[in-house]
Amino acid sequence: MDIAGKNLFVKALKNEGVDTIFAYPGGVITDLLDEIEKDGSIRIVLPRHEQALVHEAEGYARATGKVGVCLVTSGPGATNTVTAITDAFLDSIPIVCFTGQVSLPLIGNDAFQEVDTIGISRNITKWGITVRRREDMGHIIKEAFYVAKTGKPGPVIIDLPKDIQVSSGDSEYPSEVNIRGYKPNEGVHVGQLKKAWKTLKNAERPIILAGGGVNNARADEELTAFAEKTGVPVVTTVMGRGAIPTSHPLYFGNAGMHGAYACNLAIKECDVLFSIGTRFNDRITGDLNDFAPNAQIVHIDIDSASISRNVVVNVPVVSDAKVALEKLNEWAAKINTEDWIKEIKAWDSEYPLEMPNDVGLTPQAIMRGINEVFHESFITTDVGQHQMWAAQFIELDKKRHMITSGGLGTMGFGFPAAIGAKVGLPDTPVICVTGDGSFQMNLQEMATANTEDTPVVICLLNNEVLGMVRQMQNLFYGKRYVATDLKKADDAYVPDFMKLAEAYGAKGIRVTQREEIIPALKEAAENTDSCTLVEFMIDKDEVVLPMVKGGNSTSDMIL
Amino acid sequence: MEKRWIALYVENEVGVLAKISGLFSGKSYNLLSLTVGTTEDETVSRMTISVESDDVTFEQIKKQLNRMVEVIKVIDLTDVNIHMKEILYIKIKQMSEAQKQEAFRIAQVFSAEVIDIGADSCIIASMLTEHRNNELIALCNDVFARIEVVRGGSVAIESISTSCR
Repeated sequence: MDIAGKNLFVKALKNEGVDTIFAYPGGVITDLLDEIEKDGSIRIVLPRHEQALVHEAEGYARATGKVGVCLVTSGPGATNTVTAITDAFLDSIPIVCFTGQVSLPLIGNDAFQEVDTIGISRNITKWGITVRRREDMGHIIKEAFYVAKTGKPGPVIIDLPKDIQVSSGDSEYPSEVNIRGYKPNEGVHVGQLKKAWKTLKNAERPIILAGGGVNNARADEELTAFAEKTGVPVVTTVMGRGAIPTSHPLYFGNAGMHGAYACNLAIKECDVLFSIGTRFNDRITGDLNDFAPNAQIVHIDIDSASISRNVVVNVPVVSDAKVALEKLNEWAAKINTEDWIKEIKAWDSEYPLEMPNDVGLTPQAIMRGINEVFHESFITTDVGQHQMWAAQFIELDKKRHMITSGGLGTMGFGFPAAIGAKVGLPDTPVICVTGDGSFQMNLQEMATANTEDTPVVICLLNNEVLGMVRQMQNLFYGKRYVATDLKKADDAYVPDFMKLAEAYGAKGIRVTQREEIIPALKEAAENTDSCTLVEFMIDKDEVVLPMVKGGNSTSDMIL
Repeated sequence: MEKRWIALYVENEVGVLAKISGLFSGKSYNLLSLTVGTTEDETVSRMTISVESDDVTFEQIKKQLNRMVEVIKVIDLTDVNIHMKEILYIKIKQMSEAQKQEAFRIAQVFSAEVIDIGADSCIIASMLTEHRNNELIALCNDVFARIEVVRGGSVAIESISTSCR
């Protein structure tokens, strides 16, 4: 029996196991929303802006491991998603975003809310297509989910013209996928992997660099086992943090622009750099000529295009991190790293990752407060100084996870991502560490958190400035603070976040003293009826250290 | 920097050409020419692409093309024997009678053809390699006062038993 496109749409979602859809209504998707509601088995989460909508889907996907599913209308609905879709693209988050489109005969007419969504998003999606024939709808949706979650995950946009949604056609939703141009790598080349292991085995000063790919593959146990079996010390990228418990004796911290001194030095001095799931982004490598200059480099990555692009590697292995690590663990044996680890530890005690003047209400004390109060939790961050402090000081393990915008560095990511994570895991505490700059980019989602009953804890570090850029102005631009002050000097609060919290039905707690940190966080943890906005009034002159100036060698750190 | 050739099998769908050309502009790859047409299978198009790049960038270009969902196959033509031709039209204007004679002679020497002629103009059609076409254009530029050039970009196919390029 033939069914309408909108019915096939709902059937497809159910077949894909979709239990939640992040949707913002509009003219050309009302039919689809109507069908979802009639079916009744899929939760519709309504945000207040489409950018936040996709960030929510990202948070949901990262927290649950499922595909984040979005539905937005044509025109501005679609264009509003662009930043967040790019964020998902650069951080390899599986998203399927359905965008409404004007009816096929209207395309090209500059119709109301008509925009070439697929054209706009071509360079920021893993795949995107307009459904032009009703008979293609089923297999295209099937392929969209498959492409989004396999290989190197990423966002897919399916553009659905209004007339396709209501026209009648086959009711079948395919169970198999066969895309002739897309065959993701599922195994691993054992010969290459053996070569990788041989290289590591013979090392005297080896280091493992774990990136976001390890977390994406949920291979933390395998990585920890591999490090323990071999005794090789581990450093991570910001996206890789948590791939091994941060308290593990073999873990030394993050490398890169704001990485720990010992980690950057270890990469500089190592003889084998065993990297898994990182694309050697410039924030990690700094000056390429001085990145791991003495090392044989092993590079395991699911994306062949990431290999030997930024850094020329000696042993490339195209593989999912989990698949590779499972195999490596079959061979892994102890490597003599005792002296080398002593050396790294000596660097670490020379310049430990500690704020130099930890007196009063410091970011470090706030992050440690979060460590103390929240155990099993997801912590999202926005982008800026607070993000780097979170990445430096928040302790992660099997229970405490972090979700951050690493690739695109999207201010406004953290709070909606927290809401999405809470939608996916309603029983797990979710904390958003944010700043006054970032938070104001998507604070309208306070309303979403209210109506969707997602009580997240917002830890807002308020320094009344755009701190990360101000820090650059402080260090490299002769303290000329251009366009980084967020309020006039004689104003008290702009905005008054406590009043804002009240306006949205959330609880507000303002913290001005160090002693208030723990009680405030405990109070926030106990409030499960609404969001709690804990505002920490910190000093605008706090800086994130160490810091490598962009383009410099990562061993050249401001300490 | 070196000139290289790629043959690309892609899905014959709306937007695929834009996606491929968008990759080149988005990643600052130096695209020299791109031709596209359907193959014996009408759901598949074949592109012939020439780029100028160093070794590392060329490897990256091939990988980036390969990971696109719409790309079915990437063939590096740089070091294989191929037949490659480019279609070229040269319209020559303001010609004297003597120059018309000259146009026929040039066409003959280059294995091209004069396919159209008027009172003071003619059109030469040539299907040669890009390199030979360059030479033909240069020569016509020298000999004639005004020429108009239209060229199509090269198409290439792998050789069977000959070793010409």
